[in-house]
Formats: sequence, C-alpha cells, structure tokens
Amino acid sequence: MLEIKNVTKIFNGGTVNEKVALSDVSLTLEDGDFVTVIGGNGAGKSTILNMVAGVYPVDAGNIVIDGVDVTRLPEHKRAKYIGRVFQDPMMGTAADMWVEENLAIADRRGKRRGFSWAITKKDKAKYKELLKQLDLGLETRMTSKMGLLSGGQRQAITLLMATLKRPKLLLLDEHTAALDPKTAAKVLEITDRLVKENSLTALMVTHNMKDAIAYGNRLIMMNAGKVILDVKGEEKKNLTIEALLEMFTKASGAEFASDRALLS
Amino acid sequence: MEFFSEFFSYLGGTAPSIAAQGMIWGIMAIGVFITFRILDIADLTVDGSIVTGAAVCIVAFQSGMNIWVAILLATLAGMLCGLVTGLLHTALGIPPILAGILTQQSLWTVNLMLAGSSLSFTFFEQDQLLVVPLEERIGNTDLVLVGLVAVVIAVLYWFFGTELGASLRATGNNPNMSRAQGINTSFAKVLGLVISNGIVALSGALLVQYSNGYNINMGRGAIVIGLAAVVVGEAIVSKISSGFIPRLIGVILGGIIYFLVYQLVLFFDIEANLLKMLSAAIIAVFLGVPYLKKRYGKKKAKKEVKTNA
Ligand SMILES: Nc1ncnc2c1ncn2[C@@H]1O[C@H](COP(=O)(O)OP(=O)(O)O)[C@@H](O)[C@H]1O
Ligand SMILES: [Mg+2]
Repeated sequence: MLEIKNVTKIFNGGTVNEKVALSDVSLTLEDGDFVTVIGGNGAGKSTILNMVAGVYPVDAGNIVIDGVDVTRLPEHKRAKYIGRVFQDPMMGTAADMWVEENLAIADRRGKRRGFSWAITKKDKAKYKELLKQLDLGLETRMTSKMGLLSGGQRQAITLLMATLKRPKLLLLDEHTAALDPKTAAKVLEITDRLVKENSLTALMVTHNMKDAIAYGNRLIMMNAGKVILDVKGEEKKNLTIEALLEMFTKASGAEFASDRALLS
Repeated sequence: MEFFSEFFSYLGGTAPSIAAQGMIWGIMAIGVFITFRILDIADLTVDGSIVTGAAVCIVAFQSGMNIWVAILLATLAGMLCGLVTGLLHTALGIPPILAGILTQQSLWTVNLMLAGSSLSFTFFEQDQLLVVPLEERIGNTDLVLVGLVAVVIAVLYWFFGTELGASLRATGNNPNMSRAQGINTSFAKVLGLVISNGIVALSGALLVQYSNGYNINMGRGAIVIGLAAVVVGEAIVSKISSGFIPRLIGVILGGIIYFLVYQLVLFFDIEANLLKMLSAAIIAVFLGVPYLKKRYGKKKAKKEVKTNA
C-alpha cells in the first residue's frame, strides 16, 4: 500500500544548521498494516510522515502509494489518498467554522470542489450519525464553532474527518500527546475502532511504548533518521517494554533517549 | 437651540448623500472584508484597483459604451488586478502585503496610461450615469445603490455557501488543515483576491460616477476607509448576529457611519485631513482592544486557576 524507497531529507542543507532528518529510509506497508512508530525526540518520526504527506519535498528517494508514485505531487493532491491527524488539536480543524462544516470539507477530500452546496441535508444526517458513534455527545454540537470544543473533542472529530472518505493511508502523529490520559485513552480507542472498521492502512507515531505495543500489528522504532527496528506478527504481540528497550540499546548502541516514553 | 436645529437640518439635508457615499465605500469594504476577514490577508492592492475601476469605467463610457457595460468592464479589470497580486504571492512566494504594494504601484502607472491624471464627465453624459449626487436624482441614486448592495451580498452569500466558497473560508481559517483535506490553498487565495478586487473596482466604477470624474489620487487611503468600515461594522453587528449576511450588512453600515463622521467633521469645520488619522486610530483601537481583552482575560483566568489550586 505504501512504499517508502530510499528517502533522504536534509533540513538547511549546506548551512551550519544542516540536519539530516531522514537518511536513506526504506519501508513498505502491506494493505491493512497498522504500524506504530516510536523513537526519541528528533528521531525523524514526524519527518517521515510529512514526507509521505508531501509537506516538504524529499531530497532523494521515492514515495509510492497504492502503485502511484506521488513523490512529485503537491500536498493537496496527495490528500486524495491520505487522512491525517496532527499532534496539535488546533491543526486539524478550522476553528471558526462549524463542526458540520468541517466534516463537509473533509467529506469532499479528493473531489473537485465546485458550485454545489458545501453541505446538504443528507450530509448533516450522516454526520450526526457518525458523531453519535463517537459517544462524546458531539451530535448536539453540529453548529458549534470548532474552536469552542476541547482538545479531545477536536482530535476525535479530526479522526472522523481523516477517515470520512476512506483513505488509502492514515497518518497519525502523536495525536494523543496533547491530551490528558483519560481523553487520550478514549481517542486511541476511537482510532483503533475506525482503523479496524474501515480496515485502514495506518502509521501511528506515539511516545507511549505501552500503546505502541498494545495497538497495531507491527511496530517500528526510529533513531537518528533511520528505522532501526521492525517487529511484526507474533513477535510484536509478545513484546514487552523491557524487551523493547533492550532491543533499542542493541540496535542503536545507546540508551533510549526519551524519558517521557519510559514514564508513561 | 439654534445650533441644534441648524445641525440637524444640515444632517437631514446631507443624509441621502451620506447614504450614497457610505454604500459606495461600503461595497469597497466588502471587498476588503473578503481578503482581511475571510482569507486573513491584508491586501493593499485596493488603493490601486479602486482607481483602475474608476478609470476603466469612465474611459469605456466615454468611448461610447453603455454605463452597465462600462461597470462590468471595470469589475473585470479589478479582478485582473487581484489575479496579479495573487500570482505574485502564490507563484513567486512574495509576502501578501508586499505583493499588494507592488501591484498597487504598478497600477498607478497603468491608471495614468489609461486615463491620465484626471477626467470628468460632461454635463450631458451625467444624464446617462447610474449614480449622481445631483439633488433631484440623489433619491434614485440611493435606490440603485441599495439594489447593487443587495445583489453583491446575495451573490457572495451564495458563493461562500458552495463547496468552492467553503474551501476559501477554510483556507483563510487553517491552511494546514485545508491542504490536508485536499484544498489547493494557493488557488483559493488567488480566487479570493480576484473576487475581492473585482468588488473593489466595482465600487470604483460607482465612485467615479458619483464624483463626476476620475482623479489619479482618488484611491489614496482606500484600504484604511475599507478596514475602518469593516471593524466598525463588525463591532455593531457582532452583538446581534454572527451570520454571514448580517456581517456584510454591518460592513455597509460601517461605510455609512464613516461618511456620517466625515460630514460631522465638515460641519464642525474641523480640518478634513484629520480624518485620515482618525480612521487609522479607529482601526488600531478596534483591532487592538479585542486583542488586549483576550490577553488580559487569559491572565485573569490563570490567576484564578492558581488561587484554586
Ligand atoms: N522544518 C524543519 N526545519 C529544520 N529542521 C527540522 C524541521 N523539521 C524537523 N527538523 C529536524 O529534523 C529532525 C527530525 O525531526 P522530527 O521528524 O520532527 O522528529 P520527531 O521524531 O521528534 O518527530 C530534528 O532534528 C528536527 O530538529
Ligand atoms: Mg514529532
């Protein structure tokens, strides 16, 4: 479903601030893979998602989604294939527009936007039903401005927006990191349900090792712009945090850098 | 007492022309509203595109065209101005304020080449114009303007209710989210600038008729008048409604209030040049106060949290 082929990304190339964020990374996701991504701060997790989404151009390599080489496609054209949820709850929705308007915008992802009404009665009924399934009482807030909702509510709706038009690929970048633990658990549960119901292919970055082990069928670990660990199948199911830390030390020759990950 | 009766008869006598000028500049302010409030861009093209609208209108009319055709051409010319600013910004990566200034500067030359430094309608031509300040026709002028305002608001209401219109609103609100949802934000910005400057030039085409002629300087400070109308109008309407149509009507009201103040300034024999600074001050206050309130409010909220803990 997704092929990342020898992708390299260098920020501020040729200056003293040169930073190799990704170094010759290759990764292939099968149809239906739900991959969790862990790694210390600055390991390149966000960058790899941004490369796939087309936020910045790659310096080398290719990105192929479902057989289509999208390496040269601009971000808004790749959006046809990709649903995204960001770490910052403010980033995924338009704060001054209503909940239902946000959903309607997402419902037309990958479609030419013309002179039909931005939202129809039929749309509203559909969104109400979907919001009900989130079980957060949001079905009564369809005409609230998005900016009035809490971070958790916004992330839940962003998830809905990312999956409303079934994407070939779902990209989640620490989308629960800004939430309190209870809300984070709820949003993760919604994520898992949406991925399973729609049998989506997904890449989920998380700073929480427990979550990385509990969710998905495959786990990769990144360090210094490289994928240093790739665990799937039975091995993934039987992972423990201790084993993971040990693997990290062995693969990278250093202690795992993020205290955050250990604590949570 | 005598003063008041004189004052009110003065205001009463000038009411139709205050309304007319207010609506003409109010239409321009709606153009400014589209860029400033919907797209979140401060577009300085307008000081030039309003004059281009005026120049194209008078030149087309004096070459023998029907006044409606002349107005239409003026609007199209304004759209072209917006296109230039939009492409300077999106295709060449020039910051939007600078892109607007560059277009505005070039339009000075364009306008000079089009219509020279000034042009007037002849007495006979006035008969065929739509909006004229003459006492016997001012009532009619006001009616025509109300009609045009209604059409502009109706068309914009329709447009921003469509999928395409919604993509413009989303772009101004959150460009990251918009791109993630497949919206071409560059295209949306260009389209918004095109529509905005088309409306601004339309108001220029009305203004040139109302002023009975064109002058190369007639657009100087237009952006300030437009912004003043937008912020004043919003301050009035936001208490009552947050709907799109009320907001646009508020902008028109803002334009009318601007000219009401202008007449007062004239009545009290205050130096008319003071008005520019006054407008600038009004904008600064109306944009600054909500910001300070927000900051102050936040601090207060934080303090409360602390005392609770
Ligand atoms: N836009 C950018 N400009 C410059 N450097 C960047 C940019 N984005 C990321 N980087 C750098 O690239 C490296 C990888 O960053 P990132 O992918 O965000 O890490 P993380 O794994 O924490 O998500 C970091 O060193 C970061 O500072
Ligand atoms: Mg990151």
